[in-house]
Amino acid sequence: MLNQVDKDISISGGPPISLNGLQKAATILGFSGLFILLLATLNVNFPNHAVWLTISLVSIGGGISLFAYGAYANKTEGIKNDGVYFKSISSRGFWAWVLGIVLTGFYIVLYFFPQYLGLNAEGENSGLIALFDPLSKALSGNPASEWFVYGTLYTMAILFFGIKYLWKYRHNPYQRLRTFSVVFFQTGFAFIIPELMARLNNDSFSLPYYDLKNIWPLNYYNFDQYRVDEFISAGNIGLGLLIFGILSIFVITPILTYKYGKRWYCSWVCGCGGLAETAGDPFRQHSDKSTSAWKVERWVIHSVVVFVVVMTTAVVSTYLSYDAEKYWLTKDVFLIGVAVLLSLVYAIIFAFKRQELKKDAKVAASVYLAIILALIGIHYGSGNSNIFLFEAESLRSTYAFLIGSIFSGVIGTGFYPIFGNRVWCRFGCPMAAILGIQQRFFSKFRITTNGGQCISCGNCSTYCEMGIDVKAYAQKGQNIVRSSCVGCGVCSSVCPRGVLKLENGEDSGASRYEEKPITFGNDGVKLNF
Amino acid sequence: MKHIAIIGNGISGVTAARHIRKKSDYQITIISAETKHFFSRTALMYVYMGHMRYQDIKPYEDHFWAKNRIELKQAYVTKVKTKEQALIFSDGEKMTYDELIIASGSKPRFYNWPGQALNGVQGLYSWQDLESMQENTKGIKKAVIVGGGLIGVEMAEMLRSRGIEVTFLVRDKHFWGSVLPKEEGQLISRQVEEHGVQLMLETELEEIIDDGSGKVEAVKTKNGERIDCQFVGLTTGVQPNIDFLKQSEIDCKRGVLVDELLRTNIENIYAIGDCAEFLQHPTGRKNIEQVWYTGKMMGETVAQTICGSPTKYQPGVWFNSAKFFDIEYQTYGYVWPKPKENESHFYWESEEKEKCLRFVYDTKRLNLLALHAFGIRLRHEVVDNWIQTETPIDQVIQNLRQANFDAEFYPKHEKLVQKAFTNRQKQTA
Repeated sequence: MLNQVDKDISISGGPPISLNGLQKAATILGFSGLFILLLATLNVNFPNHAVWLTISLVSIGGGISLFAYGAYANKTEGIKNDGVYFKSISSRGFWAWVLGIVLTGFYIVLYFFPQYLGLNAEGENSGLIALFDPLSKALSGNPASEWFVYGTLYTMAILFFGIKYLWKYRHNPYQRLRTFSVVFFQTGFAFIIPELMARLNNDSFSLPYYDLKNIWPLNYYNFDQYRVDEFISAGNIGLGLLIFGILSIFVITPILTYKYGKRWYCSWVCGCGGLAETAGDPFRQHSDKSTSAWKVERWVIHSVVVFVVVMTTAVVSTYLSYDAEKYWLTKDVFLIGVAVLLSLVYAIIFAFKRQELKKDAKVAASVYLAIILALIGIHYGSGNSNIFLFEAESLRSTYAFLIGSIFSGVIGTGFYPIFGNRVWCRFGCPMAAILGIQQRFFSKFRITTNGGQCISCGNCSTYCEMGIDVKAYAQKGQNIVRSSCVGCGVCSSVCPRGVLKLENGEDSGASRYEEKPITFGNDGVKLNF
Repeated sequence: MKHIAIIGNGISGVTAARHIRKKSDYQITIISAETKHFFSRTALMYVYMGHMRYQDIKPYEDHFWAKNRIELKQAYVTKVKTKEQALIFSDGEKMTYDELIIASGSKPRFYNWPGQALNGVQGLYSWQDLESMQENTKGIKKAVIVGGGLIGVEMAEMLRSRGIEVTFLVRDKHFWGSVLPKEEGQLISRQVEEHGVQLMLETELEEIIDDGSGKVEAVKTKNGERIDCQFVGLTTGVQPNIDFLKQSEIDCKRGVLVDELLRTNIENIYAIGDCAEFLQHPTGRKNIEQVWYTGKMMGETVAQTICGSPTKYQPGVWFNSAKFFDIEYQTYGYVWPKPKENESHFYWESEEKEKCLRFVYDTKRLNLLALHAFGIRLRHEVVDNWIQTETPIDQVIQNLRQANFDAEFYPKHEKLVQKAFTNRQKQTA
């Protein structure tokens, strides 16, 4: 069969998989930069950290950029998917597995064994983390941590693979702007601003490390007691930040999602999305498009939302009750507020969008709401300090471990080359789920299908990183209105017939979903047969 | 229960099956020797280029067929016994039917060139063609493509993706001369050459030369030029794939002859898609239509008739699309290479990018007759409506933005088009 073509032919007539001279040089350069980091991790003592870190980072960044240049510079503008399924790295071959294992290993060490990276409980950093000390001190004034190392490498990945993506899609203004946006938000908001904010901290004034674009429930810890306390104690600025955190999810997010769909966040701003769209782009075709995967997705991601809501409610209400005199909000008001809010969301969806809900969605929503209300009710009635049957802190640590570390990091990113680049966003991210509900029911955004022009070729579905079977809609002449769509625009880009367009339409309601089971332009057959 | 047999699992046959299932409980069997499951023929090129795998170009998941009670039979029909209402397969097996839909598609059309049966010489239509192309092009350096149409340019793109040198023999003065006006033909010619294809216009194939072992070694053109190559792609069109009907009572010419209800001369037999030939086309188009969209529409139409509401094939405004390397093409209505007697053309081409528009309108009544675009995406519904409602050309130009289907943030061309149109009006006035 064609899928098993010889993967080692590099002469003409072979599949396009071999590297050119420039790409080989770029690979050597990039890996030599990584090699320096590896040596540092193995405690090789570099004489001048600042110099060697610079050499390493420049080599990595330069290597990636040069590789992209070699790959795309002398190609014409257009879609560059030649050989995707022939190359080992992008077709789950040997190199994909090697990369997957290395990344996964890195995440496990990062989350659970930072001491191997050189984090010392007592005393100065050593190893890899020490190598990053000069950069960290230059930015925030503090020595580096394992998170600083990770943040730097993460930002580098978005920046330089972003440059690669820009080369690849240089013909497409939507893709270009979107990539500039994620690179900007990552380097500015996620990396540099919080580090500089840390510089403002002194003995009497201290702000928590705050990536302003990181919105609850993605940063599930935003309303933890230590952060809230820091916000409050930092005066007006801190209070402003706390209010901004609350407005982000309850006001800013719904408005922007109504106008533009969830893409404003997921593929333009978010850091997880940023990495997926840049470094993860070569793996987007691995998302599972089957209807069964979609079913799993719906259950898993919405369960994570319920988990994070319960967990946050438990954590917040716990410190509100322990230190009642410290806060303006009382535990009872807070719990009632949560119950009212959830009931309201439920009531609005059932009142206005009932006919668009499948049966399993209705059942799941009702059962989950009943459980949460019951938990709040039980707690409210009993006055037990063991909130929600479980202790709040154990809920939080379980969430942090299972969702925050294992799901988003180890599986979400480590398995990029095997499961695709949006596993976390599709199955795990509670923020994506909340934005998704808004996008599905309360948004102008959709992907419009262009009349009868679809040829069912499958490019759109194949390159949909979220696993949406786009062509299933397009070949029916139906617009695509899916809660999971992050609006990356790649389906529209790879469509060879100009069938798909991301739009914030004027009309809403039924016309967003309208199904045209008869090919547009077939005048003989009427719809009302 | 009535048994509907459908020969062919391409877009026409499958669309017919789906719509019959929507409207009835009939037993449905789709027979094909090509592949077990329906795949998108237009996507074959992407499998060769490594954009997708076979499983990715299947429009429906494999469980779709059982769920919709559509039986799939992988077999080759050798005979249709109309009196017995039976199909005979190549292994001798027999299957009876109550109604039969012939949707057997096309096959490449060759013109009896010497050497066309050599190894390494082929057309591109079926999955098997793709497999042989995979074999035939392994490790080769140079290929020749004969025939400047859509499949030819697809084949050129496929071969170039594997670094194979391509020489493209085109009979006309410019690319796809039977369909495209000169400017568009030149635009595509430039595009093809930019991708490293050697384009030889006004060149025809004389013969294909054997290397002594039954493999192609070179081609000779009518000008006497010899071009060495290890592969020859013959893309000089397709013809209905109906050899298996030759012994039957079903009337055929080039294709299976049908009336406007898609009925053949035999009462319970229909033909749709590429293999059907209208005795007289219901809307005056060509009697054989070999594109994806018309196959789909015929499938939808015949399903109505079979399910008890006799329906004429009534395609609306003609449309089609293609992609030439990096340039997308969409057409609505018929744009002819040269304006017809009553027609005026307005052509606009961008100075910066390879993109252009051509408006065809009635010289006297000034209404839009057709519009096609290269490198620009147009909104099907809007253009369809303009043509159907006979919208005047100046209104079309004025409201051109409504038909823009390019992705967000793409540079807008409408103002430039409007300016060019006004200038031309002034000049002619």
